[in-house]
Amino acid sequence: MKDDTTGAPRTMPIQSATFSNPVNAEIRRAAATGIYDIRGGGAKRKVPHFDDLLFLGASISRYPLEGYREKCETSVTLGTRFASKPIELDIPVTIAGMSFGALSGPAKEALGRGATMAGTSTTTGDGGMTEEERGHSNKLVYQYLPSRYGMNPDDLRRCDAIEIVVGQGAKPGGGGMLLGQKISDRVAEMRNLPKGIDQRSACRHPDWTGPDDLEIKILELREITNWEKPIYIKVGGARPYFDTTLAVKAGADVVVLDGMQGGTAATQDVFIEHVGQPILACIREAVRALQDLDMHREVQLIVSGGIRNGADVAKAMAMGADAVAIGTAALIALGDNDPKWEADYNALGTTAGAYDDWHEGQDPAGITTQDPELMKRFDPIEGGRRLNNYLKVMTLEAQTIARACGKNHLHNLEPEDLCALTLEAAAMAKIPLAGTDWYPGKPGTTY
Amino acid sequence: MQTFDLEAQGLRALNSALHAQSADTNQTHWEIVNPKGSHAIAVGLDAPIEVDIKGSTGYYCGGMNKQATLHVHGSVGPGTAENMMSGMIVVEGDASQYAGATGHGGTLVIKGNASSRCGISMKGIDIIVHGNIGHMSAFMAQSGNLVVCGDAGDALGDSLYEARLFVRGSVKSLGADCIEKEMRPEHIAILEELLERGQCDAKASEFKRYGSARKLYNFNIDNAY
Ligand SMILES: Cc1cc2nc3c(=O)[nH]c(=O)nc-3n(C[C@H](O)[C@H](O)[C@H](O)COP(=O)(O)O)c2cc1C
Repeated sequence: MKDDTTGAPRTMPIQSATFSNPVNAEIRRAAATGIYDIRGGGAKRKVPHFDDLLFLGASISRYPLEGYREKCETSVTLGTRFASKPIELDIPVTIAGMSFGALSGPAKEALGRGATMAGTSTTTGDGGMTEEERGHSNKLVYQYLPSRYGMNPDDLRRCDAIEIVVGQGAKPGGGGMLLGQKISDRVAEMRNLPKGIDQRSACRHPDWTGPDDLEIKILELREITNWEKPIYIKVGGARPYFDTTLAVKAGADVVVLDGMQGGTAATQDVFIEHVGQPILACIREAVRALQDLDMHREVQLIVSGGIRNGADVAKAMAMGADAVAIGTAALIALGDNDPKWEADYNALGTTAGAYDDWHEGQDPAGITTQDPELMKRFDPIEGGRRLNNYLKVMTLEAQTIARACGKNHLHNLEPEDLCALTLEAAAMAKIPLAGTDWYPGKPGTTY
Repeated sequence: MQTFDLEAQGLRALNSALHAQSADTNQTHWEIVNPKGSHAIAVGLDAPIEVDIKGSTGYYCGGMNKQATLHVHGSVGPGTAENMMSGMIVVEGDASQYAGATGHGGTLVIKGNASSRCGISMKGIDIIVHGNIGHMSAFMAQSGNLVVCGDAGDALGDSLYEARLFVRGSVKSLGADCIEKEMRPEHIAILEELLERGQCDAKASEFKRYGSARKLYNFNIDNAY
């Protein structure tokens, strides 16, 4: 900086783009505490996403369907490959697995209520199955996780599908952590652990390693449940082509693919922000794997990670997904991060929309908590109604787009209906850049 | 007694027949011949029946068992008695990896040796091994008892929670947060009952007890690896 006694103009103080205020704050926090940051939610950085794609709509060569009047189907059947009782859903938007422990019992109930009203499924999570969600969910997917907290054959027999969790988009290769503050008597009992201790969830399954073992594990689960239940395999967005191929080889009915934007209850920030691929980069690779095995639509593909509205649903399906799953958006629909609690968020040193310390159990909205007083703030009946409304809007939006593309079923959306706004999105989604018929890496092109 | 030829009749027919048994079934004793290392034999049982398996089995024999008593007249592959809830499984021979993994209850008796990761993530099951156990056994074991009449391999009880480990022979190394603990009279009493249940003639006084130092219970950067 120049000495201003000479009267010469001063240089502007410039914040470093590399050492930005948030970066410096994190360095100071780390220096003060010696502990990395753990938080909930998904990646907050901007990555290529569905917003970087657009639909082309109808034209002279493609005629549209009449809005409202002409039918545009939304149903989906999951588990047609091996299960004797596949799951039939009215809409292709499912509720992703979120653990009881991370969420309160009433929040799980609300997810069940809303999903059931909308004709879709909910999913348990780490920590086992609760009566709230079984009782209120017409279709409930039971997660089979490395921790096996609460795992038991009775719940396996009363679920509607089994989801073997290999990974999560927020933390492919990572386990879980539920901090002691959230371990109420009930949570502790379900997990067979003492109250108040930090509960780690293992990152690897305890009794199988690799796809050959997984195939035998699936055989066991099918034998226990008499080959009735669809078996899903959930993977984080790491190596989607190979993971999908191996999941199919191991005998999955459904592959669940979760991109890096996907939410989590509690993970290291460095993991959330730096490991895994954006969902946009994963979908076409997973679909290619299914197509190479002649299994596209025979093994269904559910994708998740940052799905927010009907346009995202339609885009995921146009790229070949059979359905999507939502976590964060469902919590927001229930009332998470609502500005009406701004004063409480401020008291926690944050603001509505940025609150992500879900693991600490102090959620002003009463959703990601086990504190009885905070839980009273959340009404599961109202929450269920809000979730149903939101799911309906998403579906209507997706239908609006599908009709504009001349499709009488959401499943008929196709890559040809899309263009990409950026080179990155074009390359990742293998969708032509707007105004061209080209994307980087397109077969037959040399650049 | 019902005799079932697994090779001739197939796995699906076997497990369906066993699942069809209710609490008051009069078909209380089953014998399975020709198991020939098949996987997922007698999984998900939920009736007070006895099942004798005449030979060796593959993966996950007796997985998620409730109530039933299984007797394997041979050796077992990986994950035997995984996630068992109740009942009893007795293995005359050796057991491969992850025997009794995540078991919530019941008793697993292995008369030979058990390989690595025996009792991994166990949640209440009692496991009695007459011989030795391999490395990383009782990893993240939450509750229940693991009794080893022989020796234990490397990293016994790594990241242990509240499970009790009793070893008569040597322990190659203890895992993170696992320590030797005092054998008090109440532990001797628990162990004596386990040894009897496990058809083991070892003396409780010959064993050492291992448990959690409980230093990893709440995250502390000084304990991280
Ligand atoms: C509060 C919370 C808890 C979660 N718990 C689990 C879990 O127990 N098991 C699991 O597989 N995924 C879990 N997830 C991840 C979701 O299943 C899903 O993959 C993710 O939320 C999808 O991305 P989205 O949040 O952007 O919709 C959790 C997510 C959240 C937000």
